[in-house]
Parts: sequence; C-alpha cells; structure tokens
Amino acid sequence: MVDGLTKSFGRQVIWEDVSLTLPAGEISVLLGPSGTGKSVFLKTMVGLLRPDRGHIWIDGFDLANCAEAKLYELRRLFGVLFQDGALFGSLNLYDNIAFPLREHTKKNEAQVRQIVMEKVELVGLLGAETKLPGEISGGMRKRAGLARALVLDPEIILFDEPDSGLDPVRTAILNQLIVDINAEIEATFLIVTHDINTARTVPDNIGLMFRRELVMFGSREMLLSSDEPVVRQFLNARKHGPIGMSEEKDLSELEAEAEAGYDPGPLPPIPPQLMPSGNKLRRTQRAPGTWLAANGVIPPQGSFVDERGRNWLEEYPRLLNAHLHGIV
Amino acid sequence: MVMVEVGRFVAMALDTVRVAGRRPYQGREFVRQAWFVVSVSALPTALVAVPFGAVLAMQTGNLIRQFGAQSFTGATAVLGIVREAAPVVTALMIAGVAGSAICADLGARKIREEIDALEVLGLDPLHRLVAPRVAACAVVAPLLNGLVMTAGLSAGYLFNVVAQGGTPGAYLQSFNTLAQLSDLWVSEIKALVFGVTAGLVAAYKGLSAAGGPKGVGQAVNQTVVFASMLLFAENFLISAVYNRLVLS
Repeated sequence: MVDGLTKSFGRQVIWEDVSLTLPAGEISVLLGPSGTGKSVFLKTMVGLLRPDRGHIWIDGFDLANCAEAKLYELRRLFGVLFQDGALFGSLNLYDNIAFPLREHTKKNEAQVRQIVMEKVELVGLLGAETKLPGEISGGMRKRAGLARALVLDPEIILFDEPDSGLDPVRTAILNQLIVDINAEIEATFLIVTHDINTARTVPDNIGLMFRRELVMFGSREMLLSSDEPVVRQFLNARKHGPIGMSEEKDLSELEAEAEAGYDPGPLPPIPPQLMPSGNKLRRTQRAPGTWLAANGVIPPQGSFVDERGRNWLEEYPRLLNAHLHGIV
Repeated sequence: MVMVEVGRFVAMALDTVRVAGRRPYQGREFVRQAWFVVSVSALPTALVAVPFGAVLAMQTGNLIRQFGAQSFTGATAVLGIVREAAPVVTALMIAGVAGSAICADLGARKIREEIDALEVLGLDPLHRLVAPRVAACAVVAPLLNGLVMTAGLSAGYLFNVVAQGGTPGAYLQSFNTLAQLSDLWVSEIKALVFGVTAGLVAAYKGLSAAGGPKGVGQAVNQTVVFASMLLFAENFLISAVYNRLVLS
C-alpha cells in the first residue's frame, strides 16, 4: 500500500524509502522514538502532507500524486483520530459526531440521531453528548474524536498517539476499545505511538521507525522475538543500545558500551494479545504462536500467559472451538 | 524566503476567491462572522473616532482662526475625516481588532488539529472558514467606515460650534462647498479593500500557525503588523490614484 515514500522539510530528511503494506482488517502499530516523524507519516497517509517521492496505493489510486478532487474523495475512506481528538470547539459532542453525516450524507435528523447515538454508546460516552469539548477530560475528547471518525464507516482508521496524555488506566480502556471496535467494524487500523505496552499487546503487526527509515515491519511475534538491536532495545525499553537521547548514539558511545560489556539481557516473554471483550474473536486475528511456529522460533519462557495465569497457546484453540460450535 | 511567503499568501488569496462562490454557500457562517467582527470592533472604532474628529477640529480651528478664515472649518473636516482619517482609523481597527481575533481563532484551530480534521472529513477550510471571514470583513469595513465618518464629523461639528464658537451655518456651508459624492465613494472603496486585505492576512497567518500556543501568539502579532503595513500602503496608493484621476 505504501511504496518508497520519502518526505523532507527543506533539507532535513524526515524519512526515506518507507515501504509497507497494511494488511486489510488488521491492527498495525507504527512505533518509533519521539521525533522520528511518525505523525508526519500519518498525515502523509491521508494526504494532508505531500511526500517528495513515492506512492500510496489505495484501491488502485495513488493518493500521494492524485488531483485535489480525487484526494477529497479518497479521504472519505479514512477515519482519523487526532492526538487531542481535534473536536470542533464551538460544537457540542453530539454535533461534532453528527458533523460528517450532516456534511456528506442526505440522511434526515432521525437517521443521523440513530447513527450518532450508536457510536456514542460504542465509545461509552452516553449522557455526555451535550457537553462542549472544553468541558470534558482528554480521554473523553479522544473517545468522542474516535466516534466522529467512525460515523462514516471508514475502511481505514488512523490513530495518532491514542495513548499520549492519558494515565495507564485510561490507556488500557482506550486500547480495549480499539480492539473491540476492530472486532466489530473490521476496518484496517494503523496506530502511531511510542507507548511500548500498546505496541506489545494490541496489534497484529508492528513497524518500527528509526534513523529516518522503517527498520522492520512484520507480525507482532516477529518483532517481539527479534534480535535486531534497535528493535530489541525499543520494544524492551532498554537504556543500552543504538537509541540515545539525541535520536541516535554515535559510534564511539556504542563502542564504549560494547567494551563495558553491557548485555541486552534475555528477551522478556511475549505477552498475549489483547482480546476483544466478551469472549469475541476478531476475524483477522491469528492464533498465538502462528508466526513463531512457522519460523521455528521458540518464544521465551512464560510467553502468552496472561495475568490470570491462562496460557493463550492453549486457551485460544479452546475459544476458537467454542465459537465453531456456537457455544459462545 | 520572503518571496515564498508572499507567493503562498497570493496563492491562498486566489484560492479563496475561487472557492468563495462554491456551493453550499456558507451564509450562516458569514452572518455569524460579520456579527462577530461588528461586535468586537464597533465600540472601539467609535471611541477612537470621536476624539479623532475633535482633535482635528481643534488643531485646524486654531490655525484657521489666525488667518481669519474661521468659516472654512467645515471644509477641513471633509479633507481630514472623510477622505483620509476615516479609512485610516477603519484600517487600524480592522487590522488590530478584527484581524487579530480572526487570526487567533484560526490559529487555535490549526494547532488543535481542527483544520486537519476538517480536511480529513473532505471539507476545504478555505471554503468553510476563510471565505466567510474575508467576506465578513469586506462587508463590515465600509460600514465601520461610515460609523467613523458619522462619529468623527459629529464630534468635529460639536467641538467647532460649542467649544470654538463657530456658527453652524458656516460649518455646514463650507463643508458642502468642498465635499463631493466621489469623496464618499473613494472612502468606502478604501474600506472595502482594507477589509479584504486584513481578512486575508489574518486567515493566512492563522492557518500557517505552528508550534503551540506561542506560535498562535506570534501569528496574531504578525497579523497586526503586516496588515497595518499593507493597509497604509494601499491607503496611499488609492489616495494617489484618486487625486490624479478624479480631482485633477
């Protein structure tokens, strides 16, 4: 879907030659240290910024190089959750969420109301529809922004740091919401974040951006079991490794670290993937351990065991079986 | 660098003109913005215009009395207030009050990513936000200009008659001798041009705000500076053309 994308501001290259394909219906996370141009990438994907080179193919159209009119048309396939929700400050939550429907569809107010209330309920904001964006918390603004992104039934939903500025509890609630919504609407999700916990547990695929390029993009299990120094350092939040305070450490620092014999340590266990609530399954979800087994990689001890002690390598087939027999 | 900025500004201005007539017409937004511009700028404008008219009457009145030509005070009001002072006061008010408010509003929306959200929803911010605001400025500026003229002339008249002991008849007669309808027209045309310019500068600066709240503050500041400079330059140009074509 994204092919050889390059973007620079003036002479400063933000990233070069980024190529990746977002698998349809799956959740992907784009991860990277602060200031690696993740948000710029996201804005390029919806055509808010034009890349210097490269293509973004959507349904056979090149979003990066098409005419303005086509661009506005292609954008309707997207829903975007901006960092602070980007709600219109002069409208209350209901009008904010109804805004795209009133602009782009010929639905009457009763139909609009039905769709809006459905989305409001989905994101858990019932009762707050009449509040103004300035009167509610950051977490609620994000959820309202998400509801607005959902009303036109987009095929691709982009999340710009859904976890920034939220406490761990709200982050967990929002992550669960993202997984539940994916199970329900089966759109393609791309989450841009630097929160490792989100990246480790939520997605089907992870991409890591570092040093102006996409270091690796692949299934969650592939990246979490990777020995690549950058991937390993970032996904495990280690101090030692190629990533330093000023984006990257220079060679002398790295050599000094190597001489001092810092060991990155054993890989931590791979956590189980966040499941949709209510024992549901996502249609695009793969069984835990699929990639590992296919590539002959043995996961670290204690992988796929959740906080209740259930081993998802065993639990998942059981749940799948229950679904096949219509028990759940 | 400067040329790039100018180029972008001109491009945005032309795009705004292009999309302004596009359906659906933004009638409600236009009325809301026009009301907003009036509500923030009417009172300050009147309050500036009254002392302005009085000062003008006082200074010229003193001078003219020494020549013994006191009956011509009314004529100076035409030259001073209708042709020059009213458009200049209007320009400063439109740039300083309306322009800064519009820039702050759009700048805040820009950094809160509301503008991006609008574009992602497939709506052109130039069509939705900029065009109605520029149109509002264009309509309100001539009206403000009328307000300045009325307030300024009334103040000048009162000052002349009450404080300086001039006669009402002499004031009005000398006013009528020099005043032409074209003076009013050129004054209103100036105000219209000022309104459009200030609206466009404010919108351009607001939409290119970056770097958080500080960026919005800077954008507002630059709006006032650039808009004032542009408006005074335009004032000079229009006056020069008018004097050359109409008066001579």
